Amino acid sequence: MAELAAELETRDVADSAPRWTRAPRLRLWSGLWPQLVALALAVGAWQVVVWSGWRPADVLPGPLPVFRSLFDDLSRGDFYVGLAITLQRAVLGYGIAVVAGSAIGLLVARVSILRRALGSALLGLQSMPSISWFPLAILLFQRSEPAIIFVVLLGAAPAIANGLLSGVDHVQPLLLRVGRVMGARGLGLYRHVILPAALPSFIGGLKQGWAFAWRSLMAGELIIAFAGRQPSLGQQLRLAQNVSDTQQLIALMMVIFTIGVVVDLGFGVLDREIRRRWGLLGGES
Amino acid sequence: MSKVLELSEKHSLSVEALTMAYPHGDRLLIALQGVSLEVQRGEFVCVVGASGSGKSTLLNLLAGLEQPTRGRAHVHGHMALIFQEAALLPWLTAAGNVELALELRGVRNPARSRIAADLLRRVHLDGWEKRRPHELSGGMKQRVALARALAQDADVLLMDEPFASLDAITRDLLHEELERLWSQNGLTILFVTHNAREAVRLGDRVLVFTSRPGRVAHEVVVDLPRPRSLDSPELAVIAGRITDRLKQEMRLHG
Repeated sequence: MAELAAELETRDVADSAPRWTRAPRLRLWSGLWPQLVALALAVGAWQVVVWSGWRPADVLPGPLPVFRSLFDDLSRGDFYVGLAITLQRAVLGYGIAVVAGSAIGLLVARVSILRRALGSALLGLQSMPSISWFPLAILLFQRSEPAIIFVVLLGAAPAIANGLLSGVDHVQPLLLRVGRVMGARGLGLYRHVILPAALPSFIGGLKQGWAFAWRSLMAGELIIAFAGRQPSLGQQLRLAQNVSDTQQLIALMMVIFTIGVVVDLGFGVLDREIRRRWGLLGGES
Repeated sequence: MSKVLELSEKHSLSVEALTMAYPHGDRLLIALQGVSLEVQRGEFVCVVGASGSGKSTLLNLLAGLEQPTRGRAHVHGHMALIFQEAALLPWLTAAGNVELALELRGVRNPARSRIAADLLRRVHLDGWEKRRPHELSGGMKQRVALARALAQDADVLLMDEPFASLDAITRDLLHEELERLWSQNGLTILFVTHNAREAVRLGDRVLVFTSRPGRVAHEVVVDLPRPRSLDSPELAVIAGRITDRLKQEMRLHG
């Protein structure tokens, strides 16, 4: 009888949870075409504005010269050297922010006196425009690499700490009860129940932290110039402005935009994957 | 032999003059008042009461998740709690959930995965080990919760309306499953429900709780032979008496 029961339930579940049946290529296309249409419309509108003669062509170039400029950049070796400098700073600054933000988030979650002392300060720091750190950073570190990293760190770390903190705070009480009944205490409870349960919120914090880091980095590279290295992405942007090369300027903005979007997409994939595994995606899993 | 030791050998669970009060605004909300009960080793006891009768509070106190205002609640042996929701960890597979209970008891691999697979087989979930909770039906989740309780090496199960959110057929099947696990493993079970039929279907004894404050108002010994059917007329008669009693209590205090 019990075997029959299990089988009945088995069939029930198999029927009630239809798998995604559409081909992956079709699925990719259905996600992509609205974006392609939006892109085409934006480029079209841009071209129309240029044709209208609102600004002279050397001040506001059309899409074609800009794309030509972009392809020129992409075929130049020194462009990649500059790009590498920027990405290196991003990885370093963001990497330190992840470590520091996680550590702070965990400590503030665990130690109640720290929470009372720092909880609202962390939220305040998160909404503070990171560009306002630059004057202090320049006085502390002069116009140097550490000044940029310092601001990137301060931009990203609070968001990461807050993501972890709110994840820890919003663990279902029932799961905590279950963990305790099974004998998990203190750090064991963190390792087996609280931290895994906080993961989606932590990923959200990482994603937001990245957005702040990328903004801070671009601001830093625009503001802080120092000799002796290939011009970074932000510096190239500034050079283009100085020589009124709008084509190059917009081409570089496209690169900056694309890097931001690609990393963001990466976090999106990670987030969806976790939600899928946990069954939080509704009917799609 | 001391009196206490004698008690602990005979009883799996004892509650003495237990009172639990919560501050509620400027008043005290009394959830339980002077509750005393004993459950013998291997006994299956059901607690029936309307909502607000402090049934869940009683289980929390027994599980040591809360401290009583007065009195004592004690479980002799390894205890596991089972809730209305299966409360499985959503990031772990069915096997992973069972294995975590083993890991927290200090069971190492490869024994851990072998025992987990064996326990899942005992609740008829072989073939579903690698599935995550969201891929399982409500009844299957409760089976995993049962396997997890056994993995905690529990000989006392405290169950808080575990089948309340399941459909009638699934609940019926899980009653059989639970009865089988109970008799095969020599478990002691305290089972809380608001359904008088379910209580009579499963319990050796049924304790009827009053509401606000919760107290044991009445005790019914169920001497029907097992396995019992939910639809049998004898069961319906006893359940009907309990329901009448509950209604009476609710009219008095509700």
